[in-house]
Amino acid sequence: MIENKETVQEWTEIIKPKRNLFDFHFKEIWRYRDLLFLLVRRDFVAAYKQTILGPLWHVLQPIFTTITFTIIFANVAGISTDGVPAPLFYFTGNLIWGFFSRCIQATSGVFVGNQAIFSKVYFPRMIVPLSTIITSFIAFLIQSVILIAMYIYYYCQGADLHLNSWAFLIPVFCLIMGFLGLALGIIISSVTTKYRDLSMFVGFGIQLLMYCTPIIYPVSFIPEQYRFLLLFNPLAPVVEGFKYSVLGVGTFNSAMLLYSIGVTIVLLLIGLVLFNKVEQKFIDTV
Amino acid sequence: MQPVIQIENVSKLYKLGFYGADTFKDEVLNFFARLRGKGPVNSIVGSTNNLSHNDNNDYVWALKDINLTINQGDIVGIIGKNGAGKSTLLKLLSKITTPTTGSIKIKGRIASLLEVGTGMHQELTGRENIFLNGAILGMTKQEIKSKLDEIIDFAGIAKYIDTPIKRYSSGMRVRLGFAIAAFLEPEILVVDEVLAVGDAEFQKKAIGKMQDISQGNGRTVLFVSHNMTSIKNLCKTGVMMKNGRIDAVGNVDKIVARYLIDNTNENISEKIYFKEDDFIDKDFYVCYAGVEYNGSILTIKDNFDIIIELTYRKSYPRNYITIFFNDNMGNCIFALNTEPVDITKGKYKANFHVPSNLLNDGMFNITFMLGSNDKIFYQLKNIISFEINEHRENSSWYGKYPGIFRPKGFIQTEFTQIE
Repeated sequence: MIENKETVQEWTEIIKPKRNLFDFHFKEIWRYRDLLFLLVRRDFVAAYKQTILGPLWHVLQPIFTTITFTIIFANVAGISTDGVPAPLFYFTGNLIWGFFSRCIQATSGVFVGNQAIFSKVYFPRMIVPLSTIITSFIAFLIQSVILIAMYIYYYCQGADLHLNSWAFLIPVFCLIMGFLGLALGIIISSVTTKYRDLSMFVGFGIQLLMYCTPIIYPVSFIPEQYRFLLLFNPLAPVVEGFKYSVLGVGTFNSAMLLYSIGVTIVLLLIGLVLFNKVEQKFIDTV
Repeated sequence: MQPVIQIENVSKLYKLGFYGADTFKDEVLNFFARLRGKGPVNSIVGSTNNLSHNDNNDYVWALKDINLTINQGDIVGIIGKNGAGKSTLLKLLSKITTPTTGSIKIKGRIASLLEVGTGMHQELTGRENIFLNGAILGMTKQEIKSKLDEIIDFAGIAKYIDTPIKRYSSGMRVRLGFAIAAFLEPEILVVDEVLAVGDAEFQKKAIGKMQDISQGNGRTVLFVSHNMTSIKNLCKTGVMMKNGRIDAVGNVDKIVARYLIDNTNENISEKIYFKEDDFIDKDFYVCYAGVEYNGSILTIKDNFDIIIELTYRKSYPRNYITIFFNDNMGNCIFALNTEPVDITKGKYKANFHVPSNLLNDGMFNITFMLGSNDKIFYQLKNIISFEINEHRENSSWYGKYPGIFRPKGFIQTEFTQIE
């Protein structure tokens, strides 16, 4: 009897060869929230040490891209911008696209890039991709200030802009973009622990994806009969929706948005399960 | 005593060679093997880990059938040769990877220290890194804040605390890293060979801190080290691992002794017997050469004898034996010879009594020479070799003593007040 009493006791943790793939241990992630914010801080502080312009680089990048796009696509190629001033049109597209591409780029290297830390200490690995998403979002917010400034400038110039009630959905667009970037990023990072092939694809894959997404052209630019093809891209409705709510131009409806949300949820689930499976013993195979 | 860690039938299989570079055929075969609930197609179950022996398997068991229970408040030292599975075991306990089979049950908050300063960022200041590294080790911001001053003080780098750590010397980085870890307060602490860093002064401080940690509040500590002196001083229980299995568990002194006996280098031959045939063309032959001492291992506090026995087949005038003591690098540190003796046919024995506390710890070789009338007529190089092990009591410094000799008692020392 006494022996029984001693052997029956609650263990706080049981390490087994495999764990439930749908156990995302959110509780543990919450316990490590301080680490999450310290990592965000690290990324910000460290990125611009020993640079003269510092965080200004966050806004310089989209500004230079916008200037280039305006010259090449609007002036040289003469692509329509739906009647919106070209710099404003491109900056808006760049802003939301930049957020997405930073999310996917930063999270796609999580395992391979952090193996030195991951092989020495345990913490919920999901903290790292989450911190990069937050970092990217803060950069997005900083860049938004420029958008607001440009917006006011062009509005005073008398440009035909109408901010509308869809603007309330801007946080939703940001969430979808962030989660879609996270989902694709963790899928790529999980697969690349064993096969590096996919990491070769990430750089130019994002580039190609941008051309399939209405960033440098409006959806209305695509001939009507081919437009449905574009809308298979779950990013397209989000980008068009974001532009529509800010600039008042764009081809967009709520059914398209629901499609994007659906795709995001499915991809995120796949990503979480894969990540969960890989994080347990990737250090053996990386 | 309540068990806080229970390891049951844990094994860990590793693949050798490259990962992910499998042929497509292997991938498919492995996939179907997994479906049938079997291991990878090429794994030969039962082959254990032995670094020097290549048996051409693609997979190896880094750990095999480990069963171990650790009670609350135990201070356990894990020892074993390189590749014995110590680090793999710690990795499993630290949740860095998962076991292939078996389970580990843990009770209480566990923190592991496999490296000091994990995740520190070069561009951040010492202070910023304390927060970052502390959080990586599982502390909350609040906890770190409350211990910040103590950590800075312990590391002894207050002056540089707001300087980016890329400007630190490697020693300073280590001190900072250890200081952070020292203020972790988990119920179970897992420590890998991290005390072998820093200078002597800091080592002393670190070991002292480790002792404090392990003595207070019934905390459980698992400690891996190659330094037998620190293991003996810190731990009560020893676990010896060998080729991925647990070889022995018990009182730390016994386990360390077992390890030292087992670990005597394969190149060491303390005793050697010769056959008469080896000397068929000579008028004498060496039948035996050896190092003899009491007890199971030879330490600096033991006296020992070097014995050479030879048989003469004819008479020699004024014959003597010389031995050269060589260090590990092959340099002769001193030579000794016996008084010359007039030899008649028969068996002779030369004995060199080496006192205790003369030689420092280390490996030594003996070269044997036979001479007569100032002429050397026979020589056997490195005929025997042996290791003198460290022995230290009441010392809180665990580094290696320098030098070949450690002539305690031969040289009288005084240290008195004169004014």
